[in-house]
Amino acid sequence: MQKIEAIIQPFKLEPVKEALHALSVQGMTVTEVKGFGRQKGIREVYRGMEYQVDFLPKVKIEIVAADDKAKAIIATIIDKARTGRIGDGKIFVYPVGEVIRIRTGDTGENAV
Amino acid sequence: MNQADTAFVLVSAALVMLMTPGLALFYGGMVRSKNVLATIMQNFIMLALVGVVWALWGYSLAFGPDVGHFIGDLSYLGLNGVGFEPFKAYSETIPHQTFMIYQAMFAIITPALITGAFAERMKFSAFVVFMILWVTLVYCPVAHWVWGDGGWLKGFGALDFAGGTVVHINAGIAALAAALVIGPRKGYKGYGNGTEAFIPHNLPMTVLGAGLLWFGWFGFNAGSALGANALASSAFTATHLATCAATLAWIGVEWVFRGKPTTLGAASGAVAGLVAITPAAGFVGPMSAILIGILAGVICYLAVLAKPKLGYDDSLDVVGVHCIGGIVGALATGLFACKLVNAGGADGLFYGNPGQLLTQFIAVLVTLVYSFVISYLIFKILDATVGLRVSPEEEVAGLDIGEHQETGYSL
Repeated sequence: MQKIEAIIQPFKLEPVKEALHALSVQGMTVTEVKGFGRQKGIREVYRGMEYQVDFLPKVKIEIVAADDKAKAIIATIIDKARTGRIGDGKIFVYPVGEVIRIRTGDTGENAV
Repeated sequence: MNQADTAFVLVSAALVMLMTPGLALFYGGMVRSKNVLATIMQNFIMLALVGVVWALWGYSLAFGPDVGHFIGDLSYLGLNGVGFEPFKAYSETIPHQTFMIYQAMFAIITPALITGAFAERMKFSAFVVFMILWVTLVYCPVAHWVWGDGGWLKGFGALDFAGGTVVHINAGIAALAAALVIGPRKGYKGYGNGTEAFIPHNLPMTVLGAGLLWFGWFGFNAGSALGANALASSAFTATHLATCAATLAWIGVEWVFRGKPTTLGAASGAVAGLVAITPAAGFVGPMSAILIGILAGVICYLAVLAKPKLGYDDSLDVVGVHCIGGIVGALATGLFACKLVNAGGADGLFYGNPGQLLTQFIAVLVTLVYSFVISYLIFKILDATVGLRVSPEEEVAGLDIGEHQETGYSL
């Protein structure tokens, strides 16, 4: 099993979610996050005072999937979240040691 | 007594009352989220605090029988004798009590304006003491000079329809005294090596507040006619047009010089226009009102821009908007006032009476000096005794938790 953690542009959440539904992904966790990458932040102006805003709003999606499904999920996220411009985000993939469904006590891929 | 006039002034009083919670939202949106409740509280609580002070002794000091053209005496203490019969010197057609409660709303919002200068760092306890002293020692005398029966500025011929000097210059210059005595917020950019970003945490709240201020201001300015009549209509129209013009002017200069018209700029421009038209509302025609609005929008924008260079941290630009806007309005009244609009007023420079501008100038200067000196002294004395500022740790954690033990937003 693998955990796919994708940090994407907030406005790309809808298309990514729709495409993952079509792949019959069982579940995901979404968090509003802030951060910066190589693009750094942006400048904002309030009543003439300029401020460097280092942390830009992004959305983080977390999905745990069986090994054979992970590749398709990653490809879908890349396809739907890409604009080609700076700030599109990143995907991190980790191996998952164990999954347990709290209600039933199921473990492993049955619990995903 | 006239029932239409009484109904109009009572409704106007309710409109002006709504300006204080409006101001709370206007200011509340501009601070960081950790200080939103403390900022809102410093405005909202004024309704209660000054409401009581006004009834106990404030109204008597401001509008009681004259003592030396400087202040009212104590004969209306506890509203004693403020009854249902009209008091002729103030209005022949509404009950004395109606006039009193209408004026109460002005006494509430004026000191509330100052809170923008010391936002995000003042102790609530010191704030309460300051406000009681300021209303008593600064607001009441200045209100008496300009509006009280026997007040010296009234006799002097200075025009101030709805409170440009009494409310805006008065509070605006007190805000400068506040910012100078209390010092800048921790990490303020325009000061030392401060690098912290003071980004407004909720501009929709600020714009809603500006909208409520605009709405309530019709009670403030049109209501100052103290009757349901043509003068009220004229003041209402002038108020609206100046505000429209100032809003456009502010975002216009912003657009040209900074590249983008901002929402905060539109809200700030609207308030600058409302401030500037306040002394002039009942004395100028509609086109003069538009010109006053343009002047206010441009000049207040430049004043706000100059603040970081001057080195003081007036957190929410009370000086730039209210003091400077008030001065623009008071002087513009000396330019644009016209007896054709209000026979009870005077002509200004553009209508052949240059002396009026000088009269306006002197009234502005006296208010600036008196209010600044007394406000500065009150702040200094409080700083030395009870202390004005919260601890550095509390300032970092936020005043909502530190002063009120609650937070504005929880997940």
